[in-house]
Amino acid sequence: MNPPSGVTVLLFGPAREAAGCSRTVVELSTPVTAATVVDALSTAHPNLAPLLGRSRLVVNQHYVEPDVSIGPDDEVAIIPPVSGG
Amino acid sequence: MRTEFEITEVPLDVARVVGSVADTAAGAIAVFVGTTRKSFEGKAVRHLEYEAYAPLAERTLEDIGTEIALKWPQTIGLAVAHRLGTVDVGEVSVLVAVSAPHRREAFAACEYGIDRLKAVLPVWKKEVFVDGGAWKENPEWEHERGGEPP
Repeated sequence: MNPPSGVTVLLFGPAREAAGCSRTVVELSTPVTAATVVDALSTAHPNLAPLLGRSRLVVNQHYVEPDVSIGPDDEVAIIPPVSGG
Repeated sequence: MRTEFEITEVPLDVARVVGSVADTAAGAIAVFVGTTRKSFEGKAVRHLEYEAYAPLAERTLEDIGTEIALKWPQTIGLAVAHRLGTVDVGEVSVLVAVSAPHRREAFAACEYGIDRLKAVLPVWKKEVFVDGGAWKENPEWEHERGGEPP
């Protein structure tokens, strides 16, 4: 049996609106670096690309650097510039 | 220090949130009430829309609480409430209330709380105009480095 492939990415606010969805599955074999996930996301959703460079990356609710390794069960989220308050 | 955090689509009850930090050991309660503006660069705002990454937002508020407890150990109570969903102009969108024995630490902790919230809380605000809308960006975000305290 093949393991499930793909990384689920959560999108919020302007990122959600640019992509047209609040979650998307990026087709990639895991483990994979966060930077690769972002690149694939940018290709799959060109409207999202300009925002991705200004966003931060969160894995399992912790901020991470682009070289972090992501597995199939990880929760990845794109955090665009925040505007709470 | 006791804490109460709330991220909700229900209109915020200022008196209830402020009351939640009241304590007979406190000589001061400092409160910040953020309300929604009616215009941006001359354009009339019809209403605002807020959304959050809720589990990370809750964790972030816990972190801000921990930072406040370290910086102002005399703090007695901290309450933070943030509104989500559709918010009309003039409504309360955010509340920070701090009780402490004396006013200076209450003011300082309250200001720190709203400043940190603006910099790190994963919440997004869209101003909706008659003809479209615009996502806002807090200037504090520019200086933020992954949720680490300054």
